[in-house]
Order: sequence, then structure tokens, then C-alpha cells
Amino acid sequence: MAAVAEFDSVGLRYGTGAEVLRDLDFRLRFGTFYFLTGPSGAGKTSLLKLLYLAQRPTRGRIRLFGEELSEAPREMLPPFRRRIGVVFQDFRLIRHLSAFDNVALPLRVAGASDEDVEGPVREMLAWVGLADRASARPPTLSGGEQQRVAIARAVINRPELLVADEPTGNVDAEMANRLMGLFTALNRLGTTVIVATHDVGLINATPGAQLIRLENGTLVDPTGTLRNPPRPGKGPA
Amino acid sequence: MLSWFFVSPAERRLLGFARLGGPTPWVIAIMTFSIMLIAATGLALANTAGVLSRAIEARYALEVPGGGANLDALTNAVRSTPGVMSVEAVPQGEMRKTLERWLGPAAQSAELPVPALINFDVAPGARLDRVQQRASELAPGARIIAHRDSVAPLLNSLSVLQAVAFGLVLLLSAAAAAAVVLAARGALDTHRFTIEVMHGIGATDLQVTHLFQRKIAIDAFIGSLVGGLAAAVVLLLLAGGAAFAGELTGGATLSIGDLVILALLPFALTALAAWVARTAVLRALRDAL
Repeated sequence: MAAVAEFDSVGLRYGTGAEVLRDLDFRLRFGTFYFLTGPSGAGKTSLLKLLYLAQRPTRGRIRLFGEELSEAPREMLPPFRRRIGVVFQDFRLIRHLSAFDNVALPLRVAGASDEDVEGPVREMLAWVGLADRASARPPTLSGGEQQRVAIARAVINRPELLVADEPTGNVDAEMANRLMGLFTALNRLGTTVIVATHDVGLINATPGAQLIRLENGTLVDPTGTLRNPPRPGKGPA
Repeated sequence: MLSWFFVSPAERRLLGFARLGGPTPWVIAIMTFSIMLIAATGLALANTAGVLSRAIEARYALEVPGGGANLDALTNAVRSTPGVMSVEAVPQGEMRKTLERWLGPAAQSAELPVPALINFDVAPGARLDRVQQRASELAPGARIIAHRDSVAPLLNSLSVLQAVAFGLVLLLSAAAAAAVVLAARGALDTHRFTIEVMHGIGATDLQVTHLFQRKIAIDAFIGSLVGGLAAAVVLLLLAGGAAFAGELTGGATLSIGDLVILALLPFALTALAAWVARTAVLRALRDAL
């Protein structure tokens, strides 16, 4: 099966510091659900940054959607970024915009008109339980509400790759299950999902998901293959 | 370029509400005010130089040493030369009277060699050598002096002042552009987070730049209008003394063309500011991934 992302001997360092990611070799298959786990400081967020094109690797090659993008000119990147939805650990909502405008942003950046934006955004806000908070600005929302707005923004334009960094960290168990339901529903529609989390319960509750484990900036499995603990019978990716 | 001023309400909300918050409109207003006054001065000087130059182009003086005892005969001789027009004799007595303003009673001293003058204009193609020849026959030592040679230092000074005015207009425009660059960088710093988010979800540099250039273009437009109106008021007040100025400057005023140039300056500054802002923002964004 074709790969959404291919990492080939990828390393990353910030400035002149030590490498935070080393020798990463793996592929993410289209339409697969992945969990990214590992202790704090293992490099999960850095790996996700490489995936959503917020960072370039300092060595090695990364292919996304079949294109080599490690050294691609920056003018080439926006169309690829539009194919990726990102849920940031710190939400990254624009404070002076309403929840509606925050969720609508990816559609507007992609060129949708106001009429085309209205319906899908209202629907998405309703889905994450924030229909009545559409005009509220992020500072007036709780942490959980902000997280749901961030998730709505990430999935509003049906991305081909959804990257989520601790997306359920600030919501209660019921909302966490709803959000994971949304992710798996998107995954069933063909979206490749990668979720960084420490929540083993979440991993075990998502049948069929693949597992990537990072420790000290490297994949723990020395062969670099990916395993699926909830269903041991399944083969590596 | 007019599209730079127009974005959708949703896009406008991305940078918060536009208002005259920063110093940019006021800096641009001061620059526009100064530029318009300096440009008006430069244009008036150019007109003055033109009027003066045209007035003296065909004017000559015949200098008659020793006061010219036969001044009338000389005047007639000059007048009767083909191509010579409007002859006017200035006898030695009048010359001494004029010199009294500077020299006092010494101007009447016989020891002071004061010539008589015959001022005359010539038509194109007139033979000055004939005038010289006739004058020399009646008064050896008489010589023709072109007024333009006498006034050349003044015309040169006017040219230098025009060049200084033009240079100041350029310098102030450059200063206005520098102020816009600083404003653009400040705006980028203020909205860095919004820009990162927009880039993260696939916005292009041009989409981001469009927002900033619109805000700065509007600030510059308002500033240059305010500065332009203030300069117009000052110029109108100065026009009240135009008759007096006219006496001093040989009747030079601002032409319709000059007024059009002055009226276009605020718009030119707005266009410059918008272009500089666009370039500055695009350059700054290039440093981001």
C-alpha cells in the first residue's frame, strides 16, 4: 500500500544542540490509525512537527504524499500543509477570533467563500458540542472547549493526514471517547491518523491502531517496524 | 493595486480591528506635509527661474564709459539698428542716484567712474555686432553686456535650490519608506502567532502579506491625506501673499500642472508605502519555514 509519509534515516537537532531525533526509518500507510507513544522528552512533538512540515530534518529524507519535501522550497509547502490537519498540544487558537472563525480558518485559507464556510463550520461545532459557543473567543472558553475547537479546526477540511498531539489531554473521559470516535470515523473515511498520547487506555480502546514508540529520539524497535499491541495477530506496517 | 485595500470581513478580523493605533499614519502625515511644501517651493523656484530666464533672454545693456556725453545720439543709433526694440537710456545722473543707496554721497564724486547705460531688447536674429559697431563709432570703449550673463549666478543659485528641494523630497520619501518598514516589522512581531498558525494550515506568504499591506496602505493613505490637507491649507495661506511674492520672484506662481503634481503626491506616497510594506513583509516571511 502507498505511504502517506516515509522517513528515511531522519535526524533532527535544534540549533547546535544534540540530536532530538535520530535515524528514524518508517512509513505511515494511507488510511491507517497510528498512536505515537513514549516518555516525555522522547521526541514525539518533534516527530509530529516534521510530519506537519513545521520543521525540516537536519539529515535524512522525508516524503509526504509521495513527494520528497525535506529540502523542498518553502513555496511548495502550503498545498501539502492544506492536506494535513493538526491538533496542537497547546491548541494554538487565535485569541481575537471567535470559535467559528478559528474553525473556519482552514477553509478560508483554501479559498472557500463565506457561504461555503457557514454550514460545515456550524455542523462541526455542533459535533464537538460547541454549537452555542460559536461566537465565543478562546480566552472565554475552558481548556476542554478550546481543545475541541482546535480539533474541529484540524478536521474541518477532511485532511488526508491528521496529526494530533495529546488531543484528549484536557477533556473528560466521555469527550475523549467522542473525539476518538471522530478520529476513527475520519480514519474509516480514508484519513491517516497519528495521535501522540500517553493514555494506554485510549490505545487499547482503538482496535486496529498501529503503535510507534519513541525513546530518546529513536524508535524503540531496533528493526524500525511498527507493531499493533491491541491486536498482536496483525503484521507490521 | 486597489485590491490591496479590499479584503473580506473575515480576513480583516485576522489582524484584529484596524484603527489609527500606531505612529505610522502620523509619521506619514508629517512626511507628506513636509514633502508637499518642499515640492511646492521647488516648483515655484523652477517657475521663477523660468520667468526670469525668459525675461532677460533677449535683453542687453550698452555700457558707455565716462557717462556718455552723446547719450541721445547713441540711443538713436541703437534704436535705428534693425532688430532692436524697446530702447531705454539710463543717464549717468540716474546711475549715480541709484548708487547713492549703497555708497552715499561718494556716489556723486567725480573720481568715481560711473558709466551710462542703454538697455535694449532684441528680436531673434538681430545683429548685435551692428549695434556694437555703431556704438563704437560714437563712443569708443562702449561695450554690450548680456543681462543673462549678469543674472547667471542668481539662476545658478535657483537651480541649486531646486536640486536641494528635489533631494529633500527624495530623502523624506526614503524616510517615509523606512518608517513603513519599521511599522511592517512591528506588525509582524505583534501578529507572529497568527502568522504561524496561518502558515501551519497552509496559508501562502501572499495571503499573509495581503492582510498586512492592506492595513499599512490604509494607515499610509489616511496619514498622507491628513498631511496633504494640512499642506494645502498652508499653501493657500501663502497664496494670499502671492502679489508680494510675485514682485519678489518676477511673477512666478504654481501652474495647474504643478498643482496636479502636488495633489498626486499623497497618492504616490500611499502607493510607495503599500509597495514597501508588501516587500518588507514578503522578505520577513521568507525567513520562516
